[in-house]
Amino acid sequence: MSQIELVKISKIYQKKQAVLNEIDLTINEGEFFVLVGPSGSGKSTLLRMIAGLEEISEGILKMNGKIVNHIPPKDRNLSMVFQNYALYPHLSVEQNILFGLQAKKLKKQERQRRLYEAAEMMGLIELLERKPRELSGGQRQRVALARAIVSQSPLCLMDEPLSNLDAKLRANMRVEIRRLQKKLGMTMIYVTHDQVEAMTMGDRIMVLNDGKIQQVGKPITLYNEPANLFVASFIGSPKMNLGKAILSEDGKQLVVEGQLHLDISSIFGEELPTNRQLTIGIRAEHLLPGTIENINYLLEAVNVEQLGNETSIAFEVGAELWTARWSGQWFIKVGQKVPVQILPENLLFFDSETGNLIHSVSKGRMQEVLTTCV
Amino acid sequence: MTMSTSRKVIFYVILILSALLLAGPMILAFVLSLMTNQDILTGNIPTALTVDNYIRAFERSPLLSYLINSLLVSIVIMLGQLLLSSLAAYAFVFLEFKGRDILFYIFIATLMVPFEVSVIPNFHLIRDLGWIDSYAGLTIPFFATAFGTFLLRQNFKQIPKELREASQIAGIGDVKYYLTVVLPVAKSSLVTFGIYGFLSTWNMYLWPLLATTNDKVRTVQIGLKQLQTQEQVNEWGVIMAGAVIVIIPTLILLFFGQKKLQKGLTEGALK
Repeated sequence: MSQIELVKISKIYQKKQAVLNEIDLTINEGEFFVLVGPSGSGKSTLLRMIAGLEEISEGILKMNGKIVNHIPPKDRNLSMVFQNYALYPHLSVEQNILFGLQAKKLKKQERQRRLYEAAEMMGLIELLERKPRELSGGQRQRVALARAIVSQSPLCLMDEPLSNLDAKLRANMRVEIRRLQKKLGMTMIYVTHDQVEAMTMGDRIMVLNDGKIQQVGKPITLYNEPANLFVASFIGSPKMNLGKAILSEDGKQLVVEGQLHLDISSIFGEELPTNRQLTIGIRAEHLLPGTIENINYLLEAVNVEQLGNETSIAFEVGAELWTARWSGQWFIKVGQKVPVQILPENLLFFDSETGNLIHSVSKGRMQEVLTTCV
Repeated sequence: MTMSTSRKVIFYVILILSALLLAGPMILAFVLSLMTNQDILTGNIPTALTVDNYIRAFERSPLLSYLINSLLVSIVIMLGQLLLSSLAAYAFVFLEFKGRDILFYIFIATLMVPFEVSVIPNFHLIRDLGWIDSYAGLTIPFFATAFGTFLLRQNFKQIPKELREASQIAGIGDVKYYLTVVLPVAKSSLVTFGIYGFLSTWNMYLWPLLATTNDKVRTVQIGLKQLQTQEQVNEWGVIMAGAVIVIIPTLILLFFGQKKLQKGLTEGALK
């Protein structure tokens, strides 16, 4: 059942500039939906419009089938976690958690029961008497979450809740929020600029750029079949290696960045248009180390990062820097020519002008990607 | 910070001198209030210290009732200013309406109009309302203050707007938000402004003089003036004793409120 429906939602500020442009979206009940995009893409504005904190300039917002465009935030039955947590500095943790319940007519017993349930869940029982300033960042985050839980709203909105935490804590909280959402079965709309967060947490992701939807889909779909160059370079870490490519007249040879000659005749028939500017993309894990019987290319290493379990090597390809991720520890010197294997079936093809995907990684290969990546 | 001894000495000498300069009149008043009239007029070093002046100050005029009037008027004005300024500041910060900023700038512009300009219209108003010689006439014209609104608005603006939004989502209305979040969070500014309002009212002279015609509601600053006589030689000792009595509440308030006052006035200047 669809819980939230956005029909051609736009946000236009005074100067006729559209911050959001005709967003069409359906979010299902119990879904963990992530809005991701660079800063200024309008993702927070969209979230605030759903919350009712921002006016909707054009379009229709429906919740459970009812139009809610002009319903105030309190009647939308939702909870929200803010980036700076929005804890009341003069109130104790307990009062902070209960603050939102004041407006709801609840019996004292019920209130206490919910408080302890939420505090228990978030591990805050011992901190109930403290003031927010006496808490660490992670603990404040927990209080903010507890406040969202205690309202028992079926919909929870989160606006970059983890961006003030350090990397380790962030990884912990990611798992915790995800578990919490599944446990309580609530619908979550989660805004972030961090694609790792989006990939790891979301059931579905919407990539937003310049107020326009770039792509909506499952994380793995976005990774494997990015709809355009923006999604391709935004999703995945390290980002996808891209290069300008020219297809030879007979459609059998591909010249990438004027340097790499790829024989693609075995994979593609007449699918690729010969008359268009192409950009190819290849994931870091698909730039394979060359073996003795299978050396395609020699590329110059310009940077080597040893991560322990894997090695990240940057190669110079024409004007671009390509990154390869090889598992294990490889001892490569900077400036060394390294044999690399590039399989044509791992290539993604984009139209250089429109940026749209023409051809993604071949299907047979994708299955393998799924099993090796997940 | 470390300082060489000679520098320290210089600093302390300068500090002591400027402290004396600033407190000089008060010290003089205090010493004079303890001297006999004869000593004062001859300009001698005091030969004897006496509290007679204080006793006479209370005998000569209803100083005590003046003091009570002053206290009452000051407290009422302080509370009125706190209430109206914080409500106005709340509107300027948290409510969105057309022309809000323009209205605020007009509001602020009234800071440039000296109080004396509005004295005559104010006087006409309270006379027509029949408020001469009443606490209402003494207090109500001062309830609205641009300075207070400005001070509190700046302070309220520092409250993250997410707090308001979080309470909006929870269904907490403006009045409740004002009472349970804004006022407690801005407590130190409210205290600062309260002290400031109290002190400036306490020291007010012109308005109480105009708005009162009898001793019943008159404030202490006017009473002080009455200690001076036109017919005979002024008894400076008595006048000074009265002045010292008047300063005392001010000093007490400053003494206890100093930290808060400083904190509030410089708040937001540094993070």
